[in-house]
Amino acid sequence: MAWFLARRAMALAITLLAASLVVFCVLEVLPGDPALLILGTGAREDTLAALRASMGLDRPAWERYLDWVGGLMTGHLANSLTYDVPVLALLAPRLAVSGPLALMALTLAVALAVPLGVLAAARRGRATDTAVMGLSQLGVAVPNFWLGLLLVLVFAVGLRWLPAGGFPGWEAGAGPALAALALPTVALALPQAAILARVTRSAVLEVLGEDYMRTARAKGLSHAEALWRHGLRNALIPVVTIMGLQFSFLLAGTIIIETVFTLPGVGRLIVQAIGQRDLVVVRDLVVLLAATVGVVNFLVDLSYAVLDPRLRQGGAGGRDA
Amino acid sequence: MREPPERRDRRRGLGPAGWFGAAVALAVLATAALSLVWTPHDPSVMAVAEKLRGPSATHPLGTDHFGRDTLSQLMAGARVSIAVSLIAVGLGAGLGVPLGLLAAARRGWVDEAVMRFNDLAFAFPVLLTAVLITALLGPGAVNAILAIALFNIPVFARVTRGAALGIWTRPFIQAARLAGRGRVRISLDHVLPNIGGTLIVQGTIQVALAILAEAGLSYLGLGSQPPDISWGRMLNESQTFLFLAPRLALLPGLAIVVTVLGLNLLGDALRDRLDPRLGRPREDA
Repeated sequence: MAWFLARRAMALAITLLAASLVVFCVLEVLPGDPALLILGTGAREDTLAALRASMGLDRPAWERYLDWVGGLMTGHLANSLTYDVPVLALLAPRLAVSGPLALMALTLAVALAVPLGVLAAARRGRATDTAVMGLSQLGVAVPNFWLGLLLVLVFAVGLRWLPAGGFPGWEAGAGPALAALALPTVALALPQAAILARVTRSAVLEVLGEDYMRTARAKGLSHAEALWRHGLRNALIPVVTIMGLQFSFLLAGTIIIETVFTLPGVGRLIVQAIGQRDLVVVRDLVVLLAATVGVVNFLVDLSYAVLDPRLRQGGAGGRDA
Repeated sequence: MREPPERRDRRRGLGPAGWFGAAVALAVLATAALSLVWTPHDPSVMAVAEKLRGPSATHPLGTDHFGRDTLSQLMAGARVSIAVSLIAVGLGAGLGVPLGLLAAARRGWVDEAVMRFNDLAFAFPVLLTAVLITALLGPGAVNAILAIALFNIPVFARVTRGAALGIWTRPFIQAARLAGRGRVRISLDHVLPNIGGTLIVQGTIQVALAILAEAGLSYLGLGSQPPDISWGRMLNESQTFLFLAPRLALLPGLAIVVTVLGLNLLGDALRDRLDPRLGRPREDA
């Protein structure tokens, strides 16, 4: 297991390094001069040159790449081109919005999907199953931002229960802040839940056919007990795997959902940075998001060890999950 | 992950859900094709005097804030959504399938390199890729195609590799190898035809995903630009008028949902019929 995780950690490090290299190279070939962007086209040539030098743009690319990656690892990020503050200072208040949003959406998705998936599997072929699977088909087909618009129409415009968008900030108290995040959370969570419910159902169905389930029943456990004690744990591995793979979609989803609800989160920061051609912010955020996805999938690998004792005892495990 | 493993009762036909999906897919394709030659009104002609009208005889689905006919816009939007998705998935498959075939045929370091490239590509969700590409090249339909295609390459490479590895173990491949045929010939003549079903199924599902992605990009303003019309753009423009004309937000969204739902149902039904992994191995071809 330790070997397996060490290999995974190495792969993660290499992937992230490659990702940072790709992002850096892509932005390096971009036309456009950051100094010109900041000072405007009317700037004098010597002023431009001075700014370029102070930003380190006159140094060779590999030096700037190493500086950048070193900065990323030590938390010393460069200054935003538009706001002239460190990217980290821009990022922190945004994370306070996006972080809770993503976590709440993930929690809600799992809380809905796992019970529904298990229920559908237990009632396979009956009306409950058909209803859950039908809803899940529908959920997969609904774009999350359109769902967001629908929720605004019903709960903000129609019923006036919740705000249509904006964020009062956590300093306004947990109540208003959570109210502002409620509709975005649901819009983000439901399409995820639809996918997870399908995966849970088929994973549980697969488990139900296993010999150890028959053994569990034979030694006198009820159907529900057997499912709970032996079935669910085994079924969770594919569910957790898909959760990890879906996480990157969840993060990408926050980009679009934050735009629907005009939330001041990381996703909107990226969209705004592109609009302002603030490439320092774009490159840092893209790599940080890719890193988050990589780390989450590494955690998923770790969780296999918790879920499946066989993996702890040195099995290499399948790599093509 | 879409397919419950218990569905071994392979039907001969597509089943009602599959036929519904096929009908929807055909209808959307036909609408997109029709919009090339005919729409009730010119979808981009503005008539401000007619703005935000409800449904009427002249405008069956009403008009938007510029007085443009909503039905005509939906039809033209179908064209953009379908074209962007089909081209993007086609490009993705065109590069991903050969990569997957190569990885399965050569194994060793080639396989390892392809799989690591996959890991790298999976670290960037489609929206992030699109964000980078628009930062690089500016927003637009072509760049949206590029972003969605890039996202599709690793998907097809992975699916192709997995399915092809299974085929390489089969006796008729051994026979072909004994007959002295090269790995490339075997890949093209024997492996590819046998995984065609799997690829068609994956393609259907990827087109559905691509439609969602295109809509998302256009909604963010990163996809097709005015005066081009797409369902995502319509949703983007409708949001300002959510209070005045919720219809403008409902209709393009419904079009997306019905199209994606139809493609997914079709994909599932095709998988029941075509995917060799689900039933007895196909010995033909």
